Amino acid sequence: MSETPKIEMRGVCKSFGSNHVLRGIDLVVPAGESLAIIGGSGTGKSVMLKCILGLVIPDSGEIFVDGENALTKRGKAREQLLDEFGMLFQGGALFDSLSVWQNVAFRLLQGSRKIPRTEARDLAIEKLRRVGLKAETADLFPAELSGGMQKRVGLARAICAQPEIIFFDEPTTGLDPIMADVINDLIREIVVEMGVTALTITHDMSSVRKIADDVAMIHDGIIQWTGPAAEIDTTDNPYIHQFVNGLAEGPIEAIR
Amino acid sequence: MPILAALQGFAASIGATVLWLFAATGSLTLFAVAGISHVFRPPWYPAELMRQLMRIGYFSLPVVGMTALFTGGALALQIYAGGSRFNAGSVVPQIVAIGMTRELGPVLGGLMVAGRVSASVAAELGTMRVTEQIDALTTLSTHPMKYLVAPRLLAATIAMPILAFVGDVIGIMGGFLVGTERLDFNAATYIKTTYDFLELGDITSGLIKAAVFGFIIALMGCYQGYNSGRGAQGVGRATTNAVVTASILILASNYVLTEALFPA
Repeated sequence: MSETPKIEMRGVCKSFGSNHVLRGIDLVVPAGESLAIIGGSGTGKSVMLKCILGLVIPDSGEIFVDGENALTKRGKAREQLLDEFGMLFQGGALFDSLSVWQNVAFRLLQGSRKIPRTEARDLAIEKLRRVGLKAETADLFPAELSGGMQKRVGLARAICAQPEIIFFDEPTTGLDPIMADVINDLIREIVVEMGVTALTITHDMSSVRKIADDVAMIHDGIIQWTGPAAEIDTTDNPYIHQFVNGLAEGPIEAIR
Repeated sequence: MPILAALQGFAASIGATVLWLFAATGSLTLFAVAGISHVFRPPWYPAELMRQLMRIGYFSLPVVGMTALFTGGALALQIYAGGSRFNAGSVVPQIVAIGMTRELGPVLGGLMVAGRVSASVAAELGTMRVTEQIDALTTLSTHPMKYLVAPRLLAATIAMPILAFVGDVIGIMGGFLVGTERLDFNAATYIKTTYDFLELGDITSGLIKAAVFGFIIALMGCYQGYNSGRGAQGVGRATTNAVVTASILILASNYVLTEALFPA
């Protein structure tokens, strides 16, 4: 019998008014896999992730996490489901009013997983060190950090409560190439080290090559191609070929 | 035929406005009910509540105090000038006291706090919406309504009566200063007249009003910010809407509460 996928989407559709963003997404992510979802801007990559997290409710379709229907979970059951996830947002989404360590240890400072503040602070500093930040940054506020440092803090927050699944939403957007490479390396190290299932949304092909085991290409609201990251340069799929090589000519219209 | 089409267009626009009004009222009511329900359901966030009490209550003291001081002073001058027309200039202490406690303290204080707090809450929550901080809260297993809205609703409902009471005292003091320094009232007589005239109901009615105004201020700030549109323009619109709707609702509810508390 085959192993239960960590995440499975079956025929997920979502429209915003007359804009049909997702037209039947089918996707299977096995446990421990690092999958990159690529596609042009506005093709519904973020909406896909938000559907899995319950931030956006699909119009139809089913989403399973560990074989259980994620869309029917409410209250405590939903909270427990979300405890499995960590997410690095595109802009960091750090809480401005809280210090860096409080951001990192946010999940451990309240709710069912609450631990003493001193313990939470020590753990936050440990995670900050893991992402390459010094202990002195712990008491700074997000506004005092550079873009790269904010990404690192966001990453530390995403891994702080030992999630089983981590989502990375455009992890290298807005960073210079060197910092982007550092973040890519960091993500890859952490994913391997923690053995988590990772979903990365990106249109940065260097990120895909560094982070992903497998790649899924979304266009026109459906998954057009899935396959190993090693095959993106050799596949004859016209969507992948156009996207990876950044060509204006091809099945993907340049003006959407 | 063009007249018929124009009439149909006119009727359709009225219909659309009415539908929008019902939808907005329904949406606000659901938001308020959800916010209130989270105030009474654990987990609670006492540190967040204390932070909001400081922001909404303590830091609003100067603006409420200054408003009350000058309003009390101006009221004393107006009552004296108007009352003198029919030999009633001596009622200054009584009218200042009743005017401040029943109406001007809570209403003007409420409007000033609406300008300060509704705007800042809407801008803060709107920015959090735009920068995905509200989504981040959800992914961290924290209900945004519970963490962001409930503490603000509770803090404003607690803080506003305290602010109104402080405003009452400062407003009456403003009247006292003008009465004794400009209008030659005897200080001891002014205080005794005020004390003898005021009833507990005058003060409590103002405090009840202030609590309702506090709730409205936080509700409108949270509602507009939470449902803010995208970008700087969305946040700007949310901020403006929060102040305008909170101010209008304060004035409208003031009339309803006055009818309820002091039926003719």
